[in-house]
Amino acid sequence: MAQVAIGLVNGAFYAMLSLGLSVIFGMLNVINFAHGAQYMMGAFAAWLLLGFLEVPFWASLVLAPLIVGLFGVVLERVLLKRLYHLDHLYGFLLTFGLSLVIEGLFRWQWGSSGAPYPAPITGATDLGFMMMPTYRLFIVVAALVICLATWYAIERTRLGAYLRAATENPTLVRAFGINVPRLITITYGVGVGLAALAGVLAAPIQQVSALMGTNLVLVVFAVVVIGGMGSILGSVVTGFGLGLIEGLTKLYYPPASNTVIFVVMAIVLLVKPAGLFGQTK
Amino acid sequence: MKPSHIALVIALAAALVAPFVAYPVFLMTALCFALFAGAFNLLLGYAGLMSFGHAMFFGMAAYFFGHAVKVWELPPEIGILLGVLGAAAIGLVTGALAIRRQGIYFAMITLAFAQMIYFLCVQMPFTHGEDGIQGIARRPLLGGLLPITDDRVLYYVVLAIFLFGYFCIYRFIHSPFGQVLKAIRDNEPRAVSLGYEADRYKLLAFVLSAALAGLAGATKAMVLQFATLTDVSASQSGEVVLMALVGGLGTITGPIVGAFIIITMQNYLASFGEFVLVIQGAIFVVIVMAFRKGLVGEIADWWKARRKAG
Amino acid sequence: MVEPLLKVAGLEAWYGESHVLHGIDFQIGKGELVTLLGRNGAGKTTTLRSIMGIVGKRKGSVTFEGHETVGQPSNQIARRGIAYCPEERGIFSSLNVEENLMLPPVVKPGGLSLAEIYKLFPNLEERKRSQGTKLSGGEQQMLAIGRILRTGASLLLLDEPTEGLAPVIVQRIGEIIRQLKERGFTILLVEQNFHFAATVADRHYVVENGKVIDMVDRASVQQSLGKLQAYLGV
Repeated sequence: MAQVAIGLVNGAFYAMLSLGLSVIFGMLNVINFAHGAQYMMGAFAAWLLLGFLEVPFWASLVLAPLIVGLFGVVLERVLLKRLYHLDHLYGFLLTFGLSLVIEGLFRWQWGSSGAPYPAPITGATDLGFMMMPTYRLFIVVAALVICLATWYAIERTRLGAYLRAATENPTLVRAFGINVPRLITITYGVGVGLAALAGVLAAPIQQVSALMGTNLVLVVFAVVVIGGMGSILGSVVTGFGLGLIEGLTKLYYPPASNTVIFVVMAIVLLVKPAGLFGQTK
Repeated sequence: MKPSHIALVIALAAALVAPFVAYPVFLMTALCFALFAGAFNLLLGYAGLMSFGHAMFFGMAAYFFGHAVKVWELPPEIGILLGVLGAAAIGLVTGALAIRRQGIYFAMITLAFAQMIYFLCVQMPFTHGEDGIQGIARRPLLGGLLPITDDRVLYYVVLAIFLFGYFCIYRFIHSPFGQVLKAIRDNEPRAVSLGYEADRYKLLAFVLSAALAGLAGATKAMVLQFATLTDVSASQSGEVVLMALVGGLGTITGPIVGAFIIITMQNYLASFGEFVLVIQGAIFVVIVMAFRKGLVGEIADWWKARRKAG
Repeated sequence: MVEPLLKVAGLEAWYGESHVLHGIDFQIGKGELVTLLGRNGAGKTTTLRSIMGIVGKRKGSVTFEGHETVGQPSNQIARRGIAYCPEERGIFSSLNVEENLMLPPVVKPGGLSLAEIYKLFPNLEERKRSQGTKLSGGEQQMLAIGRILRTGASLLLLDEPTEGLAPVIVQRIGEIIRQLKERGFTILLVEQNFHFAATVADRHYVVENGKVIDMVDRASVQQSLGKLQAYLGV
């Protein structure tokens, strides 16, 4: 049962990160390779805020995504926006390069061995069928709330309608008087902020280290391939589902737990190449 | 003689005298990476498929070579052959799955498969986890006739392998097969409507590219006498992309130039430690932003413009 | 004539390398309904897109209410009070009918309210929760026109609103366009269907090879019928 809980927690991160990737891809047509690095920046921002300014976890939950999101806004304004007219691969290459720079700088400054972040909630909660550390339960709930809020913002608000329309036909949306370039910048900032938020949530259960996002982002790519990037609900279901599968694998056949997601990806490619929730085009 | 032929002769002459001027191990390493980058570039430049997981072929071939030579005590040429076949087999499986998606998804899928291979290498007994396979003896080639313990002798072997690999790439690009591949890259629906089975062509290009990357990886293991997790890592996959990008994507000579630049740079920057990563990333950013054609591509453009003007 | 609402002078436009407009000149006064006539590929749609600022590159002058708009991005041009209804209608499939209607932001006071739009197009209200692209062709056209009426824009650019529609719907759209004119909208209409255009417009400009080559006003349409037919190749 503990493995199921860990699986759910991992799934929460997969869901949040693949959601951010999908939102960014939908609007910018860029696969944000730097997503893992920005997740790491979120955790570091929280850790630095605590260490230097004694900002508590709960404030960092808001502040860190804002700081890292602003950093994303600058990246988009200065670099990414100049590549939209080119093949998608260049955006991928650029963000790959950026992730090397970011992770390299953090490694150079703080090394690759991690630093602990004190858990903001201690103790465990009895769920009736199992005991779960309260903070981990909080992560799962928080991830669900974040995903739901993102869904609401995109599907039910005016800004979300702009976003959906601009994904389909940015030229026309702009000709209606909407500042589409600004919308794109905001989208990237929010997507990056989501990654950072996931990073802050991860800080207390992981070591805060320069490399914490490196491998994670590669797994999240597999999650995105499995789920397809078409739907928000798809990202959430796929993320949690794969977390669970990973947890169960750890329980029944531990050596395969690292690779099971990739095996699932291979199977999905065989059976439904567009991804479970993707549209074939 | 055409200028390009003259250049080729000069380059070959330079390659022949190079080990007396420069450090042979450096040259051999650079040649291996040049072949690796050429294999990657074959796939991107001529099939329009960007693999972000090419280290899985390079690295696995290095492991196969190491295991064959060190544990099974086979001669190096058999080790290289096993490495190439192994890489091609992995290429066949991952390629058949990856070509089911296009564009950016293809890159993500290859990256994910490479990561899976990486995780497997961490766990599998024959790769020896963090240690890798170390101290692979340089057994003599050709049934004991050609000892390769001397770096200069080995250099000429590596040069021959490199030239063979590049010859394969050249022949492939200029074959009818390569022409069809280019047609598919430029307009897949049209090529399909003309009756070409695009997926078959892409898969064959993928397997060939994997095999050549394997050739490079096995040769590298022969030269440096080790195979480690670094060889299969995502950063290795990224590095080969960088080499091709620096030299010029889609050009024949670009990857060679790129590989020499990056390997040289790594030698000089070794003292910077962690900072090398930052510099590599920065080069990525600068090239993607400002010099997308790479060194060879930009020079070719400049040359054309100059000839037009003059 | 009083100061025109829209004045186009020497307008040239490019799509990538191809030079499509070679110097378009015409003007529209406030409250007028003017059409651009011409064969396929003459440059009518490109003229509308150039006014809106959504072509590759443009040169020349387009002044709206005395302000030069060449050089401005399309979102700012829209904010000045020009609204565009594209030929392909541009209904968003990820938005429902009401979201499609509410999408263009209000740029000036004086637009129609949602209730007024629904009164004009009762079908849209019945289907307001449907996905935009699930509507019939005629309904989609009404949606495309309806959604630019809310914004308060005074100049409407309509690109072939009757294309591919049944006669009874063409008639309905004709009525609506007349009503809009009565309400004070200024309308620039691109039409292939000359008979339709002749019933609604004050003036016609004839476009050929990216240039305006003639102008015919309402009073002289009858005498010029032969000439116009020659231009349009009908």
